[in-house]
Amino acid sequence: MGLLDLFRSHRQRGTASIAKERLQILVAHDRATRNQPSYLPRLQQEILEVIRKYVDVDMNAVSVNYEQDETREVLELNIVLPEATTTKGG
Amino acid sequence: MGKTTTSAALAMGLAQRGHRTAVIDFDVGLRNLDLIMGCERRVVYDFVNVINGEANINQALIRDKRCDALYVLPASQTRDKEALTKDGVGRVLEELGKTFDYIVCDSPAGIEHGAHMAMYYADDAVVVTNPEVSSVRDSDRMLGILSSKSRRAERNEAPIREYLLLTRYAPERVAKGEMLSVNDVREILSLDLLGVIPESKAVLNASNSGVPVILDTESDAGQAYHDAVGRYLGEDLPHRFLEIKKKGFFSRLMGG
Ligand SMILES: Nc1ncnc2c1ncn2[C@@H]1O[C@H](COP(=O)(O)OP(=O)(O)OP(=O)(O)O)[C@@H](O)[C@H]1O
Ligand SMILES: [Mg+2]
Repeated sequence: MGLLDLFRSHRQRGTASIAKERLQILVAHDRATRNQPSYLPRLQQEILEVIRKYVDVDMNAVSVNYEQDETREVLELNIVLPEATTTKGG
Repeated sequence: MGKTTTSAALAMGLAQRGHRTAVIDFDVGLRNLDLIMGCERRVVYDFVNVINGEANINQALIRDKRCDALYVLPASQTRDKEALTKDGVGRVLEELGKTFDYIVCDSPAGIEHGAHMAMYYADDAVVVTNPEVSSVRDSDRMLGILSSKSRRAERNEAPIREYLLLTRYAPERVAKGEMLSVNDVREILSLDLLGVIPESKAVLNASNSGVPVILDTESDAGQAYHDAVGRYLGEDLPHRFLEIKKKGFFSRLMGG
């Protein structure tokens, strides 16, 4: 094997490990969202509308996350308020 | 990906060991299994004809010329996919179950209707995967469907037994770090490994001539499928063809 080949093989090494890393993340995400209820997007939209009645938040300020394991279901709600609102103290 | 190649090989392997086996093509519209099995010119009636009551099951089943215990139920080429109804498929499987030991269902690609019908009534599932990102991801999705949308899941029965069959495996590329290894795939999917089928010229030769590759007993892929059938039936066999083939003196000289 020439020096160039060695260099090349060194550079190529690693796409399989990249594939594995990407898959682990992807599959974990797929599994977490797999059985999520179909009302989730609507729920998210309506919560956003309610919040926007009171606070001038971004259209993507609300995120709803659903996770399930053997024993429980977790509905996680995350609302990002604009900085100004928090300092004014409502 | 290798589902039809695998269905043909496993069905032939089970039948060769004396188990009465039927292999069904669920790929309505494409119809490839009869080609791989080499019985395409003997198709008269198909799966959809039986579901619609236009033929009875015995008229549609094609007996394999090489193995008495093996029968093929071909798919239709013309119908639309919705022709496979859940009730219809259930009736045909029940009827076959009275006289067959094993029924192998060859699923179409994807996770749509046809694939759903192929897995719905299953007791065991062989998830055929290539060592490739998109294929492994699809397999994981299929596992999700197996555990939530099958009849067993709906009835709260014991879950479908799931097995991993990794195919088109190229040990040289794994050694170079270019391809996911069998352990990588196992770790991601956490499944029992039924077999690893090497990337092999024998598969194309087999499909060219309409002979399931398991009958090519000289070939690496044929032997790997043979082992997979043995493992499925409970034999404890070591996995072969995972390492790079040792080059002979001459090929080493020539190939560098
Ligand atoms: N071990 C292997 N080595 C080399 N080629 C293979 C191997 N397994 C399958 N192939 C090839 O891959 C292609 C697809 O195989 P096959 O038809 O079995 O896949 P499939 O999953 O049934 O596809 P589809 O989703 O279209 O039904 C074919 O050309 C086949 O010859
Ligand atoms: Mg196929």
